[in-house]
Amino acid sequence: MRSAVVGQWYRDLAMGARFTFTGGREGWVRAVLTAFGVGLGVALLLLTAALPSVLSGRDAREAARQDRGIGYLQNNAESKPTDRSLLIADTDTEYRYQEIRGRLVEPEGADAPLPPGVAEFPAPGEMVVSPALAELLGSDDGRLLRERLPYRTVGTIGQDGLIGSGDLTYYAGAEGLAERLDGSVVARIDRFGSSTDQPEQEVDPVLLLLTLVVFVVLLTPVAVFIATAVRFGGERRDRRLAALRLVGSDSRMTRRIAAGEALAGSVLGLLFGTGFFLLGREVAASVEVFGVSVFPSDLNPSPSLALLVALAVPAAAVLVTLVALRGVVIEPLGVVRTAGPARRRLWWRLLLPLGGLALLYPMLGQGSENGEFNEYLVTGGVVLLLCGITALLPWIVEAFVARLGAGALSWQLAVRRLQLSGGSAARMVNGIAVAVAGAIALQMLFAGVEGRFTEPTGKDTSRARLELVLPQDGSIGAVGEKLRRAKGVAATAALSTTQVSATAKDPERWLGVTVGDCAALRELARIPSCRDGDVFFVPDPADPVTASLATAGRTVYFDPSYSGEEPRAETAWKLPAGTRKATGRADSLRPGTSGLLLTRGALPAKSGSDLSSTVYVRTDPAVPDALDEVRNAAVAIDPLIRTWEWESTQQAEQFTDIRTGLLVGATAVLVLIGASLLVSQLEQLRERRKLLSALVAFGTRRRTLGLSVLWQTAIPITLGLALALAVGLTLGAVLVRMTSADVAVDWASVLSMTGIGAGVVVLVTALSMPPLVRMMRPEGLRTE
Amino acid sequence: MTPPPAGSLLVATELRKAYGPTTALDGAGFSIHPGEVVAVMGPSGSGKSTLLHCLAGIVTPDSGSIIYNGHEMATMNDARRSALRRSEFGFVFQFGQLVPELTCVENVALPLRLSGASRREAERTALSWMARLEVDDLARKRPGEVSGGQGQRVAVARALVTGPRVLFADEPTGALDSLNGERVMELLTEAARSTDAAVVLVTHEARVAAYSDREIVVRDGKSRDMERVV
Amino acid sequence: MATYAQQVYVVCIRGVYSRAMSIGHTLLGLLESGPRHGYDLKRAFDEKFGQDRPLHYGQVYSTMSRLLKNGLVEVDGIEPGDGPERKRYAITEAGITDVQRWLATPEKPEPYLQSTLYTKVVLALLTHRDAADILDTQRSEHLRMMRILTDRKRTGDLADQLICDHALFHLEADLRWLELTAARLGKLAEVVTR
Repeated sequence: MRSAVVGQWYRDLAMGARFTFTGGREGWVRAVLTAFGVGLGVALLLLTAALPSVLSGRDAREAARQDRGIGYLQNNAESKPTDRSLLIADTDTEYRYQEIRGRLVEPEGADAPLPPGVAEFPAPGEMVVSPALAELLGSDDGRLLRERLPYRTVGTIGQDGLIGSGDLTYYAGAEGLAERLDGSVVARIDRFGSSTDQPEQEVDPVLLLLTLVVFVVLLTPVAVFIATAVRFGGERRDRRLAALRLVGSDSRMTRRIAAGEALAGSVLGLLFGTGFFLLGREVAASVEVFGVSVFPSDLNPSPSLALLVALAVPAAAVLVTLVALRGVVIEPLGVVRTAGPARRRLWWRLLLPLGGLALLYPMLGQGSENGEFNEYLVTGGVVLLLCGITALLPWIVEAFVARLGAGALSWQLAVRRLQLSGGSAARMVNGIAVAVAGAIALQMLFAGVEGRFTEPTGKDTSRARLELVLPQDGSIGAVGEKLRRAKGVAATAALSTTQVSATAKDPERWLGVTVGDCAALRELARIPSCRDGDVFFVPDPADPVTASLATAGRTVYFDPSYSGEEPRAETAWKLPAGTRKATGRADSLRPGTSGLLLTRGALPAKSGSDLSSTVYVRTDPAVPDALDEVRNAAVAIDPLIRTWEWESTQQAEQFTDIRTGLLVGATAVLVLIGASLLVSQLEQLRERRKLLSALVAFGTRRRTLGLSVLWQTAIPITLGLALALAVGLTLGAVLVRMTSADVAVDWASVLSMTGIGAGVVVLVTALSMPPLVRMMRPEGLRTE
Repeated sequence: MTPPPAGSLLVATELRKAYGPTTALDGAGFSIHPGEVVAVMGPSGSGKSTLLHCLAGIVTPDSGSIIYNGHEMATMNDARRSALRRSEFGFVFQFGQLVPELTCVENVALPLRLSGASRREAERTALSWMARLEVDDLARKRPGEVSGGQGQRVAVARALVTGPRVLFADEPTGALDSLNGERVMELLTEAARSTDAAVVLVTHEARVAAYSDREIVVRDGKSRDMERVV
Repeated sequence: MATYAQQVYVVCIRGVYSRAMSIGHTLLGLLESGPRHGYDLKRAFDEKFGQDRPLHYGQVYSTMSRLLKNGLVEVDGIEPGDGPERKRYAITEAGITDVQRWLATPEKPEPYLQSTLYTKVVLALLTHRDAADILDTQRSEHLRMMRILTDRKRTGDLADQLICDHALFHLEADLRWLELTAARLGKLAEVVTR
């Protein structure tokens, strides 16, 4: 008995599956459309499932190429060469806002460690580059960069040594690095890779919240989209089922057959999706989105997540089909939609979003101090709120269009159509509404917490754009002079710093010393008159003791010695009688500078060894690519000059990553949904081909029909976007309150999100116009 | 080719039309007087419907001339022909001509609204025509809720509502049983005669063609005017 | 009402004679393809049209003498022996004209006249005339009758309508048979000219 039931089920499902593929041309088109839609969704899901492996792959390779020693090991400067040591210098640079990782390498022994992905050390004057850098260097865009990297390319860096396919990296051979060893820019190492496991960084609960919400917000529309895709061609399917009822299948059997069809369609969709994913994987190598690139081999969905996708998608397809059939009675002689569709009830539809809010409520304020979010409550709450849109929208559309009066003919046609099938119209825009609501909420969340993660740097980019840090052995005078004449430079301010102590040995009191010419010093303090040789003193209000050191005639010492170490220069210097007091500028290039300000002429001749020097450059806005011109000039002077670009703010890196993810995802989701809109729009039009031709026969203007199609989409979309706005703002406000930040609405970005949603609709309508015009041709009247 | 009789409202000569490799019309001709009902008969696939589409300006023939009321239709642009169809012609098809989401009276009022009439006025005129076709009680129903015969009468009302000078009917009873079909034909021809409208009636049923004044036979894309042959 | 009923019945009675009246034209038509003996004529007639009722020699003899008398055929030659079957007949110009006129004249739309129409169509095919023309002409004639009936129906009472419908349906059946035949003319031509 049991096996008989199973057999029956199997037969019905198999029959349904056969229908998917044997329905003639029409059947194929439907199957392919469904599979295409489901496939796009599946591809996106697989991509999500692959994210963990992408991230871990990137992390692993990033760790493997670390050259710890640079900037970390204090005594590195005193290390001695061995046959396993490698001298390495950090020459990272930036070109047209793209970061380039650069290293100069000089093996000191036969067993010096090779960087990952590099087969052989480049000889001095040669370099190995990443494929992306090779491409950049070879392109017209790379002209200035070629000047900066005057090395001959002798090889490429393999995937092991790169984080992503778009990674810009080079290793260049160098000579004489040992002399410049400082443990900061130039280091001696004997292996690559991080020596100890870095302590796992505690994830900020707010960052965790953001990550969770981004995922939920991106994946919910995909789910909605898949649910829509499996309903493509539903009306035709219903008619076929009616024919089956006529030849004797009962209503349970027809339901099973429909389930079989959905199953087959979704399995085909899985295949398509896998195909899209594999295709996308290959394309992924050549795509760099917002500075992130990946290797195809990194895009490996985790098996458990992939399995989940493979099981959940067909299951969801069957479920959606069965739910959709619920309101449909398939009779032998045709399909009866439960006449005058049961008035949609509001209460349970409201339950979803309200339930979502209820789940989120206990989280309010949790993000402020050492609080924690319950991941399940957050995810559940957000999902419920967003799904509430899909439940509410059909009700709203129906309630709204029922009250619409008649206007122009095109309006009347559209309104009447919506009144008859507002539900399916709402289904079409559900995806967009969910995506837009999610995006708005996220925008608000970002705006709300931005302050926490975006730190003002206090730097005034109108005073200086670049800060060039010279290596310790550099000659500030020569470098400053060369830079002043470099292309793209409007002005420079060269400043060096050091300290003087009260005693020659074992000093306890120190005074900061800043050295520069008069113009440079004026960038730091208000100095009425100044000539070379002058000395000024800027007292530090927080440290009144220093003032006693800075009295005229007092002797201070550069480069004092410590007992137990080698004696140093101990250059004594007597503060000249003309030492004047000055006050620091509030907008100083180096806020908080205090102590002695010396013009270059005042500096004792022997005290130059311990200066660290920086040249601030204001670029010439009239020169194109001024930033890169200056960098080129600096590298030409000395490749070890480190150049920093001044920016007014800086963001926590993780935070930037999340925002990047959101942008990439939202774009993909909206494109996806636009495609599905187009498909269902075309399907609807095809079903009405004969009617359209008849309307044209008695003289209907194409404009009238075109407008009615536009209204037909525009009305539900407007409602959908309005609802999305409401839900998005609510969700956003709740999320922001959860982080205890102030609720502020960035209307510009809210409107732009809504605008993108509306733009998708306009685009879809525009794209469906040519087929509409084609279908309105009289050929449609010919009986087949 | 005998010249068409004087006083014809719509005259077509030497019409040729091919859809790809299929020749639908191969030198067909036609003429009709005001108030006349002409049946276009012939086996299926003979080109009857194409002839009707050409005469109505829905399809442009590859060659030949169609003169309506003294004007050559071949030289009219699409907008002109559309305007003609809106104001001077009426249409009844076998299937698919009622807009399912509009009520019956809105369907009947549709051509008037296309010509720019106000909604109120259009629906008042529509209702009077529905009364003449004995379907005024269905005014607020949707096409899905009325029977085939009723729907076809609504369609006839819609075709006549603008007071067309030519009514084109393509198998108007094709989907109806004989009783309903005859009723539709009676109402159609009566209404057309009362307004002196010409009727081009494409049918393959003799009993429907019997409502005509004369018939034209189309075979292999060629037409034969039976009245002038006999 | 009475006149109409009469008319319908007259139509029915005439139908019985129609076959007898058309034998002369049929034999004439058969002669068009060449002179034949009386015996051959009977055989050809039976083969093509007389499946259910073969002709008697007597019928052939009397018909041929009537045609001879009217100058529509002439004796082409006589075989030795006696009797009409020994004579060889040939059609005259007048005969050909007569066949032509007969074929071009539509039959009065009557119930059960298929056999006459069938004969006409086959003869047209045998003599390489346009059989479709005959069908079109006939349809036109039928429609003329149907229009009268339809018109009468429109103005008459229920009894009128029922009687007219009876006639209309029969006429329609004829026409449908005609359409079917027209659609199969090609095949029929193959069979009869074989």
